[in-house]
Amino acid sequence: MSAQTLTLGGAAIPLRPGGASRDASAGVSPFVREANGDRHLELIVRGAKCAGCLAKIEGSVSKLDGVKIARLNLSTGHMNVVWRGPLSGDAVAGAISDLGYSVSAQTTNDAAKDAKKEERRLLAAMGVAGFAAANIMLLSVSVWSGHGEMGEDTRRMLHAASGMIALPAVLWSGRPFFSSAWSVLRKGHANMDVPISLAIILAFTASVIETVRGGPHAYFDACAMLLFFLLIGRFLDMRLRRRAHAAAQDLAALRNRSATRITEDGVANTVRADEISPGDTLLLASGERAAVDMEILEGFSDVDESLVSGESLPRRAGPGAMLYSGSVNLGDALTGRALSAASTSMLADIAQMLEAGEQRRSAYRKFADRAASLYVPFVHTTAFLACIAWLIAGAPVGDALMIAVSTLIITCPCALALAAPVVQMVASGRLFRSGVYLKSGDALERLATADHVVFDKTGTLTLGAPVLKPSIAALSALPDAAKLARASRHPLSRALAAAAGAGDIAQQIKEHPGLGLEGIIDGRACRLGSAGWVGAETRGALGGPSVWFALAGEKPVEFRFEDQLRPNARRVIETLNRRRVDVEILSGDAPASVEAAAKDLGVERWRAGATPQEKSARLETLREEGKKVLMVGDGLNDAGALALAHASLAPGGAMDVSQSASDAVYTGEGLDAILTAIDASQRARGAMLQNFALAAAYNLIAVPIAVTGHATPLVAAIAMSASSMAVTLNALRLNVRREATP
Amino acid sequence: MTILFMLIPIALCLGAIGLVAFLWAVRSGQFDDPDGAANRILIDDDEPL
Repeated sequence: MSAQTLTLGGAAIPLRPGGASRDASAGVSPFVREANGDRHLELIVRGAKCAGCLAKIEGSVSKLDGVKIARLNLSTGHMNVVWRGPLSGDAVAGAISDLGYSVSAQTTNDAAKDAKKEERRLLAAMGVAGFAAANIMLLSVSVWSGHGEMGEDTRRMLHAASGMIALPAVLWSGRPFFSSAWSVLRKGHANMDVPISLAIILAFTASVIETVRGGPHAYFDACAMLLFFLLIGRFLDMRLRRRAHAAAQDLAALRNRSATRITEDGVANTVRADEISPGDTLLLASGERAAVDMEILEGFSDVDESLVSGESLPRRAGPGAMLYSGSVNLGDALTGRALSAASTSMLADIAQMLEAGEQRRSAYRKFADRAASLYVPFVHTTAFLACIAWLIAGAPVGDALMIAVSTLIITCPCALALAAPVVQMVASGRLFRSGVYLKSGDALERLATADHVVFDKTGTLTLGAPVLKPSIAALSALPDAAKLARASRHPLSRALAAAAGAGDIAQQIKEHPGLGLEGIIDGRACRLGSAGWVGAETRGALGGPSVWFALAGEKPVEFRFEDQLRPNARRVIETLNRRRVDVEILSGDAPASVEAAAKDLGVERWRAGATPQEKSARLETLREEGKKVLMVGDGLNDAGALALAHASLAPGGAMDVSQSASDAVYTGEGLDAILTAIDASQRARGAMLQNFALAAAYNLIAVPIAVTGHATPLVAAIAMSASSMAVTLNALRLNVRREATP
Repeated sequence: MTILFMLIPIALCLGAIGLVAFLWAVRSGQFDDPDGAANRILIDDDEPL
């Protein structure tokens, strides 16, 4: 059972901050696909950890009528169910949620399938390279140990056999490097794949020539081994990215993505959010979250837009008003017309900001690429100069060329190419287990260098839900007020009900949207709502939302609320301050509540009422000042800022747009994950720099050996594997040290 | 020396069998769920024979 779900009466109900709880197993049916009379459903099951869970879940689904395949992937939590017959998708999901696991539907997307195929291709390429490396090494060892005794014909035969094994390996397993090198070369750049491809091609060609000549030095083993090591790095990188991507998608799937569509003849049916087209008439029930942007046609209600604008108080909405996807309807049911995604100016602006951020990100140069741009000219110049120097010294052209080639082979950035991916793999694996899902490896590098943190307030620093401020008058009136409040979904009513605990409710309760509630307690009329509704005199706003309660004939009592800070928020800010990291709050909420939160947290710089454009502009200013900003935010209004920031984090409850605009998504109630992510990224950065230092040290030793003509294939094989092992072991140290000091 | 003409192909064939087995395992998705494979072995089939 995961931490974010609560089991009630056997059904798992996900708890969404600021949103409505809704049985997750409902609304799965629209995701069922039909093919050849079979029905397919892909589900995400949370909380399955062991063989027992696996057997229970697969067993109970298999027992359902007509189920042919029920297979749960324990590594990813994805479950594939295939059945025939009248069984509904909700019944399948219900069978799993009855066991106490939370379950939601997953849409099959092509990008994920392509990534999976690509990962398999890399794994197969790695297998082929490994096979070739092992078999060629077998032959090479006999050449090396027979040195001086083996006849020239035997040696040539062994070299030819090695070449025949190496050829398919180089052609097939080398493709990822060749294609990447070619694509950057065409643009006039160079990355790590350029020297790699060059070294592999040169080593292979030189070895073929050496074999034909009957010479002693063939580098076929170096070719295959190089490919094998490099493909390990490439595969780790790929798997990391795919896993992170899948995790982010699963988080998105947790939220309600089905909607109720009303057809022209008035029939309501549940459909998937992505099946809604602009112009459709939708029904937004009380407590439901809008899946798409819509314009209200009918009904009046209060709408919680904390995820959209950062505003912590609900807004009144009626016919003609815009509802952004992510808003929660708190009051009566609304009907609306679906709008196309880019039809509103706010969303169009945000889309533009996202694009600008995307460009900025792709312009970021990774450590490894920066290292490569220093490395490539150095190595190639050295090899060229070595060749010239030997020619001047009177060596034959063939020998001089062979020395140049062996320099390129031995300096091939094997260790350099492994230095970053292995560290990123280990570090993000650790973060993954502590609930931080990184989108890419270079996010670690950017997180590690951030020196200024900008927080959004509502939903990020705070829980995004109001909590009652205790006072003597309020506490004495609370039991009666709660009798009215329990009947309402308004966030302030829910906060009152939560403060009072379980209890009975008043009679004849009526809710008047925008005003409040009225009812009868022990024969006396009572009202709960705005000051005007209960007939109280307001003394002016003191900050924070409030609600009034009055029993007939008594003086009205005021209840004040505050948006409670997340657990550990204060400690996280203090730690950041102690580390001399500047902290700033940039919120779309009203000044009073932002000031209160800033004062409480000890943050001096804050700004309230910021529009999405102002947030982005602030980040631009900070960037021009030379600050490396880490942005933490959850709302639609933060998406632009998240994309523009040097690095960005979004909580698990954030909008889809914000999650995809940020580098990492963290889960859990507290803010500890932010420190965890920063710490891990800084440690990873340290390990990465050490690895680059190791690779440089290796070259300091290897280059003189190669230039002086001592780099035999045996020396190359030992040097390359030793340096690769060194960087891999150094990266794994990251795992060991952390476990020693939990 | 001529024995090498037999031994090397035999060694390669043995290696190739392993490689083919690995490629088959990759294609049939056996590396997609390492945790599941580790746990499935613990499940008892309680069905009578």
